[in-house]
Amino acid sequence: MAVTETPRIVTSRIGYEDSHTIDRYLATGGYEALRKALSMTPEAVAAEVDAASLLGRGGAGFPAGRKWSMLRKDPVTYLVVNGDESEPATFKDHLLVERDPHQLLEGVLIAAYALHVSLAFFYLRGEFALGLERLQQALNDAYAHGAAGHDVFGSGFSIDVVVHPGAGAYICGEETALLESLEGKRGFPRIKPPFFPAAIGLYGQPTVVNNVETMSNLPWIVLNGGAAFAALGQGRSAGTRLFALSGHVRNPGTYELEMVKTTFRDLIYAPVLGGGVRGGNELKAFIPGGVSAPWFGPDQVDLPLGQDEVAEAGSMLGSGSIVVMDSATCMVRAAWRITRFFARESCGQCTPCREGSGWLERVLYRIEHGGGREEDLDLLLDVSDNISPGLQWPPLQTTICVLGPSIPSSIHSAISMFRDEFLLHVKEGACPHA
Amino acid sequence: MSHLRPEVRSRALELIALYPERRSALIPICHLAQEQDGWLRPEAMEEIAELVGVTPAEVRGTATFYDMLHTEEVGTYLVSVCTNIACLLGGALELLEHAEETLGVRAGGTTEDGAITLEEAECLADCDRVPCVQVNHRYVGGQTPESFDRLVADLRAGRLTDTVPSHGTLVRVRRSVGLQADRQEVARQRAAMAGAQAARAAERERQKAAAGEGGAGSASGGGQG
Repeated sequence: MAVTETPRIVTSRIGYEDSHTIDRYLATGGYEALRKALSMTPEAVAAEVDAASLLGRGGAGFPAGRKWSMLRKDPVTYLVVNGDESEPATFKDHLLVERDPHQLLEGVLIAAYALHVSLAFFYLRGEFALGLERLQQALNDAYAHGAAGHDVFGSGFSIDVVVHPGAGAYICGEETALLESLEGKRGFPRIKPPFFPAAIGLYGQPTVVNNVETMSNLPWIVLNGGAAFAALGQGRSAGTRLFALSGHVRNPGTYELEMVKTTFRDLIYAPVLGGGVRGGNELKAFIPGGVSAPWFGPDQVDLPLGQDEVAEAGSMLGSGSIVVMDSATCMVRAAWRITRFFARESCGQCTPCREGSGWLERVLYRIEHGGGREEDLDLLLDVSDNISPGLQWPPLQTTICVLGPSIPSSIHSAISMFRDEFLLHVKEGACPHA
Repeated sequence: MSHLRPEVRSRALELIALYPERRSALIPICHLAQEQDGWLRPEAMEEIAELVGVTPAEVRGTATFYDMLHTEEVGTYLVSVCTNIACLLGGALELLEHAEETLGVRAGGTTEDGAITLEEAECLADCDRVPCVQVNHRYVGGQTPESFDRLVADLRAGRLTDTVPSHGTLVRVRRSVGLQADRQEVARQRAAMAGAQAARAAERERQKAAAGEGGAGSASGGGQG
């Protein structure tokens, strides 16, 4: 199996106890990529990233190179790093920020140079107290080392970076809500068009917003070339990716794997990865890419970990987080808890999302707690259909951002795959798993 | 008379200097105010409003959007128990129930001695150590009911003060330098950019005029208020 031969692009240092320090970083080739980038033209650096076919690692999977090239004609004013990782069961950026903050910072400095940006912001979720401290320390050390600030490494390029703490709101991971928050406001997503950050972003200026993992790949790409990165993986899914595995597996954790070359079965069952379902239980279902993604059953476990492959099968690789549920799991309870999350985190701007999420949560709650009726199943699907007409994949949208259309995924999946379980709750007037 | 202590106020001014627009420092300064008081006092919000150039209502309106900004008093230790999907599968609701029973408060409540506020949290991004618990936003690892009781005892006895500062203290590492990039160069780039933007806007106007009335129909249909 290929799983042990995966090149480590973003996790090469995490085995070191002091992986977050500048001493360890410099001792392991740190800031060499930035020096190399500064010896190239900004356009040549951007071309390498384009050649790498690096897809954004935040969840939407938009090509990073294209995100940059949309702005090539106009000067970019700001670079913003999205470190608001809050999608349930996603914990890869947490690892990268805490364990290798210099790698992330070097990626940002490289991107800033390629984009002609002189001011970059890290928006880090507020709950990452240790990550905020380590990133600020890394930044202080980088300034002292000459890698950031005035005249970086004597190249004439100057860049300032600011670490900005969030304050607890899932919606701020949505890039336009993040920009509102960074401007000191409530995290209300902006309507697109016209508020595409590339055109009208932070303070109304053209802005590039990239995810933590995306940025962390850049030092390797600059040192090894975009082609070397693109040679890994397959098709549109180039390179390696961090997969966050959680739920009922023996070894939950974050694993860096070459895309497409590994399957969900490898990830869940390989002894060096997930190690199998806990307690030797049967796999009941799994979520392939964060709680906004439709669920898969055991029959789809041989699908490769590739963006297009998962999309063709009717779901998404999303944020790269896989949640495993074993045979003892109550699917009504799982769907209810996910829906309650959306109900709590809806920003409240759009009626279908604000009202729909609350109704769905209450109906699921009453089914789980024995007060459900048979017609509740149709009611759930009907309300879901009002949020995202047709309940198709990818979902249609009636709201400003994609939080709303993400709500029906788990409900629709749970009812389609486990209808009998819902009906049993109704018939018995209680949760059969309680 | 300033509510924020002089040292906190000067840190707030340092933060404001990092941003092109002062309002951007609103949330970071709210964190500083919480570091001083443990929560966001009305006096603090009034002073923050004055510092960043908005009304006190705008500070409150912003702060109440965010789970980490508390406009009511919080215990010395905010214990956050995640019950989202990965933690749910690892017994988080049972842990929360245990926490409520042993602490004698419901989620959202504070113990009578003011030591602990218990909170049911959404995903805290540490899903391989479940159920995930944070104290004042410091990870304390996956917890069992037994380890949770020890954790609470340690907190009450002050045995964790080195790793877990009292509520409100978020980032103990201070920025060591101000902005360094050449402001004149930045201004020159900005001017060039403004010129490009004006040109684009003019081009859009020209196209709009050429195409006749644009109408208000947006693809997302969200403009009906």
